[in-house]
Amino acid sequence: MMRITGVFLTAASAFALGTAAHAQDVAIRGETVHTMAGPAIADGVVVIDDGKIVAVGRAASTPIPEGFTVLNAKVVTPGLVDARSVVGLAGYMNQSHDQDQLDESAPVQPQLRAIDAYNPNEALVAWLRGFGVTTVHTGHGPGALVSGQTLVAKTIGNTADEAVIVQRAMVAANLGPAALADGGKAPGTRAKQIAMLRAALLAAKEGEAPKPAKKGEEKPGTDKPPSLEVQTMRDVLARKVPLLVTANHAQDIMSALRLKQEFGIDLVLDSAAEAYLLTDQIKAAGVKVILHPPMARQYGEFENASFTTGAVLRAAGIPFAYQSGYEGYVPKTRVVLFEAGVAAGNGLAWNDALASITIDAARVIGLDGRIGSLEVGKDGDVALFDGDPLEYSSHAVGVVIDGKPVSSAVQ
Amino acid sequence: MIQTKSRRVWLAGAALAAVAAGASPAAAQDRAIAFTGARILTMAGEPIENGTLVIKDGKIVAVGANVAIPADAERRDAAGRVIMPGIVDTHSHIGQVAGADGSGPIQPDVRAMDSIDPMSTTIDKARAGGVTTANIMPGSGHLMSGQTFYMKLRKGRTIEDIAFQMKDGAALGGMKMANGTNPMGRSGFPGTRAKSASLVREVLTEAKAYCAGDRKKRDLGKEALCEVLSGERLVHFHSHRADDIMTVLRLKQEFGFNVLLQHGTETWKVAGELAKAGIPVSNITLDAPGGKLETMDLRMDNAGILERAGVLVSIHSDDAIVDSRMMLREAALAVRGGMSRDGALKALTINGAKQMKLDARVGSLEPGKDADFLVLDGDPLSAYSHVLETWVEGDKLFDRSKPEDLLMATGGFGAGSPMEAAHHHWEIAEAEGAE
Repeated sequence: MMRITGVFLTAASAFALGTAAHAQDVAIRGETVHTMAGPAIADGVVVIDDGKIVAVGRAASTPIPEGFTVLNAKVVTPGLVDARSVVGLAGYMNQSHDQDQLDESAPVQPQLRAIDAYNPNEALVAWLRGFGVTTVHTGHGPGALVSGQTLVAKTIGNTADEAVIVQRAMVAANLGPAALADGGKAPGTRAKQIAMLRAALLAAKEGEAPKPAKKGEEKPGTDKPPSLEVQTMRDVLARKVPLLVTANHAQDIMSALRLKQEFGIDLVLDSAAEAYLLTDQIKAAGVKVILHPPMARQYGEFENASFTTGAVLRAAGIPFAYQSGYEGYVPKTRVVLFEAGVAAGNGLAWNDALASITIDAARVIGLDGRIGSLEVGKDGDVALFDGDPLEYSSHAVGVVIDGKPVSSAVQ
Repeated sequence: MIQTKSRRVWLAGAALAAVAAGASPAAAQDRAIAFTGARILTMAGEPIENGTLVIKDGKIVAVGANVAIPADAERRDAAGRVIMPGIVDTHSHIGQVAGADGSGPIQPDVRAMDSIDPMSTTIDKARAGGVTTANIMPGSGHLMSGQTFYMKLRKGRTIEDIAFQMKDGAALGGMKMANGTNPMGRSGFPGTRAKSASLVREVLTEAKAYCAGDRKKRDLGKEALCEVLSGERLVHFHSHRADDIMTVLRLKQEFGFNVLLQHGTETWKVAGELAKAGIPVSNITLDAPGGKLETMDLRMDNAGILERAGVLVSIHSDDAIVDSRMMLREAALAVRGGMSRDGALKALTINGAKQMKLDARVGSLEPGKDADFLVLDGDPLSAYSHVLETWVEGDKLFDRSKPEDLLMATGGFGAGSPMEAAHHHWEIAEAEGAE
């Protein structure tokens, strides 16, 4: 047993060294290069050295250093960014042993870390990667009032520690019927959901500044550390980590905005099916939206969802991104590339649709300094296509992450 | 076409339907309408550029590049438009359909038509997506969940208004069956695949004896099974895994029914066997594999593989699994997976009509067929195209330029109903509950 482990480790190290040695010197040449940081470049080149972009420009004026691997494609875009998913936690078999996006033992568990559940080798991570998704914001899902934390990972890597680039991205909360408990347990109503969230934030707030001890009383104990739950909620209060609130009905969206106002937290709205009814309020609150997939089924909480909400938010000047979201059945995940295509067919301008899964998605998750566009200094994450990426029948033909070609499948 | 026994069952419904037909808006269109200048994809030959389509009294009168337009015809300029047949969806759950209940795994007496809400907005949405004919099915949680209902997506208030009827008024439908994991495991239901097959063989063997007898004491379930055994009632067999699919073939061989394989996730593994046996497939293409064990090997190139193997393949929505408004997109995904463009459009139209033996009436644009067609603003398989109009039997029943119709096309406030739970909701809920 020990020997086998040893052999495996050696092989793995050799592989890692091997890829590091040569695969990071790569250049991608495209008939059209959509940098998402300016107009598209005709016959453009992206040069990646040591995992970072070192040059972007017209092929005629951008030399490719000798010895670099050159990949060619008709259309080149930044690696796609999925702004909200559950891949890596909600596995594709959909059996109890591969569903780690929800623990139902308590309604409020902000302390659950996504990195302790993320499986970078899950089939759906590879599925998204094959369609050009290079970064995914994923983690705990719907079903509980506060289901846990999220992380940001590159869609490659043999271990979570290798893959993850932000270990704690947000804390995921859920409002509305999907997060109600049955059988007399709390929260059983919308009002109770908000009461419990306020109580959790209040507990963290009061714990922050303990009241001075009265005469005759012992000093407040400092030996007992606050619980992991309280520690996490303190970080939410201190705006060290945003609260990601899933809310679809207009009334739930307004509840989330009230929460932000009361506690001054960083709020990111998730899903937001009826956001088109509240553009003024959302804009005034300065809140970003990670919008539901346009193809989310239009029943239940999504009864009033529309294919056109992205276009409405864009017109209102509300920053938003698309997500693959959570699916409880088949298909087990959606693909942001496909969702942006549907949005582009429903009133969202082509460039805005592509932005919603690249640079705008990077902005919404706070990583636009590193990913989301093809600019010098950013990560060498690139997607290659044989035609208009948003057209249904085009294909992804290559994916590069941190300068490493990780897929050349046509799909 | 539909046989006597089902006609007898349907007599009452047929009489009602005749009344409805007399009052239907079909009478409004006694003047011919000619659509001119369109690119016409007839599904019965090469695309026609700058073509003309003439309809009258709910039927297609003429279609072609150089057709005589009746002098009194209303002319509609369709230059720059694409006209294609209405979509024939071989597997849908619109109309809030339900079938068998939890009391047992085999319920051939149950009819989908007795549960459908003809005024559900899911039907309006499907029409907005270009669907004009659909096979409305009970679910897959039973070995046999009941009789399916072939719907014509007219605007109607009663089930008779939206029934697909042949000339004699007989409404049509098939029989829904399923194998694999969905019908297994619940109390009173089979626990294994062998038990599933055994229960089905048992009931069909019993029906055989009934059908050969005098049938004096009527048995509603067995009457329907007689139609299955004689081949007149098509079996729509939900099956995913290759071994389950081969079980369907064995059952067909033993009992001689006509079958359309539904979903057929792993048909790519046995495409040769299906082609050899002449078994058609009603296929679904999804955005990702998984969600249950049987769809782990789902592939986007499945429909293309079947096409190349010579299998008659249609593409279905399984609405709400795929929204009916995403059926053109689904066909485009099949093209992404290697299917021919022509084959993908046929899979949405004429192939499904052939599979359900409705091709004398629908599925292609040919003189004498129902005037069921779509007007689009571009390539039907493009993300940027839209269905502008959906016509059913000569009536324009969806018009994207009308705000109330556009709402059905895109969704939005008031497009759904909080009372509606989509079919499959229980499966989704069950999958989530299984965590």
